[in-house]
Amino acid sequence: MRPLGAIGFGLALAMQCVAAAPQGAPSPARADALVRLVRQDCGSCHGMRLTGGLGPPLTPQAIASKPDAALVSSILYGRGGTPMPPWRDFVSEREAEWIVGQLRKGFPDAR
Amino acid sequence: MRASAVFPALCVVLAACASAPVTPRGEIGVVIERATGSVQLVDNGTRTSLGRVEGLGDLSHASLVYSHDKRYAYVFGRDGGLSKLDLAAKRLVARVQQAGNSIGGAISRDGRVVAVANYEPGGVKLFDSATLAPLAEIPAEYGSEGRRAKVVGIVDAPGNRFVFSLFEAGEIWVADVGDPRKPQVRKFRDVGREPYDALITPDGRYYIAGLFGEDGLALLDLEHIDRGVTRILDGYGRGEQKLPVYKMPHLRGWAIARGFAFLPAVGRHEVLVVDTKTWKEVKAIQVHGQPVFVMARPDGRQVWVNFAFPLNDTVQVIDAERLALVTSLKPGRTVLHMEFTARGDEVWISVRDENRVIVYDTKSFAPVTELAAQSPSGIFFTSRAEKFGL
Repeated sequence: MRPLGAIGFGLALAMQCVAAAPQGAPSPARADALVRLVRQDCGSCHGMRLTGGLGPPLTPQAIASKPDAALVSSILYGRGGTPMPPWRDFVSEREAEWIVGQLRKGFPDAR
Repeated sequence: MRASAVFPALCVVLAACASAPVTPRGEIGVVIERATGSVQLVDNGTRTSLGRVEGLGDLSHASLVYSHDKRYAYVFGRDGGLSKLDLAAKRLVARVQQAGNSIGGAISRDGRVVAVANYEPGGVKLFDSATLAPLAEIPAEYGSEGRRAKVVGIVDAPGNRFVFSLFEAGEIWVADVGDPRKPQVRKFRDVGREPYDALITPDGRYYIAGLFGEDGLALLDLEHIDRGVTRILDGYGRGEQKLPVYKMPHLRGWAIARGFAFLPAVGRHEVLVVDTKTWKEVKAIQVHGQPVFVMARPDGRQVWVNFAFPLNDTVQVIDAERLALVTSLKPGRTVLHMEFTARGDEVWISVRDENRVIVYDTKSFAPVTELAAQSPSGIFFTSRAEKFGL
């Protein structure tokens, strides 16, 4: 049973890695930094719990009707006519896509 | 100067002291711990923590006002929670979930009414300061379709009035709460695009709302309210493109000193200096980043400035006589707030990402000590109880 168990463990670990790091996902350290950025600095306007403030809420329900491309574009280029600034100096397009994916799932807590 | 080695020992001593009744040596104050929904009570005479109170909800944006006797703090949380904190007993004595999302509040001059400015649903709610029982609601409706605006920049004003601004509507409202169950509201429309925060001058006479949607501020003389709202610093950016704004400036905690108002320029690395007699611009002082708080030392000789992301590790000091920078300090990663002791000999600075509050001597600019705190943001000493708009 032991070898099998080890294989099972190895497999589970491999699957976990796949789940945690799909193509283009940021490194764990960068992911932590992005989570912190969203919670703290996006949180200045959207609330640290992302339930809204001067900016609209970013909870999964609140953004459900908005397409990924629109959200990514808002992050990178801001929204004209609103206080939303462009963040492209601080996050890449890939990272913006990752942030949107995390927002849809319910954003992780800062560590 | 960091006292990190001394801290563990100090904390043990403090914890022991915290359980016994302590006669404060200075002012009592409250430090918001934004990530954990807790606050620390502090004594700025001994520069020590007196204990922690938890369970205040979402404090990611939080402010507070004090009862006139300085015994109670009314804490306004991001999640619409209003908490009444007994500073002597170090515990919550009342708490209401009064809205979905709120930004701040004020206490009336007679001390009987606490007003909360809400984003969702947009408006102001009035509460009995003794019990937190609801007294009245002022929905921030504007336009013809009954839409509600987010309310910002609420202050208390002489004559039991509250003054506040409507972000989307571009309006300033003055509510007389002499009868707090029937507030009388006077509305000023078209004051400018997107007022984002406001202040009242220390004499309680002028209400000034900063505008996000245009370069300028809206001024209302509360002694001559019939004269209406006038624009000051109109077009201060001179048409130049402003920088992206990663954090809104805060006007509460004013800097009115030596006959000047020191105001943050939105989207610019500038502090604007205005003559408070003529309300004309005197100078724009170049600073390290986009100002968030611009605050005068109580004697008015210095003005301290902190900055928005990503330049938020720095604090600069302006000499209010020479209208020039005196020094730059680097307290650490993400400076969120500053608070002077009543006489201004020291200033407490919260450094969020380093989980500490640093106390500086305002004459030598040397750090005096530091206190451990969880993601500290706002710091509020009880001398605020004696001032308009704080």
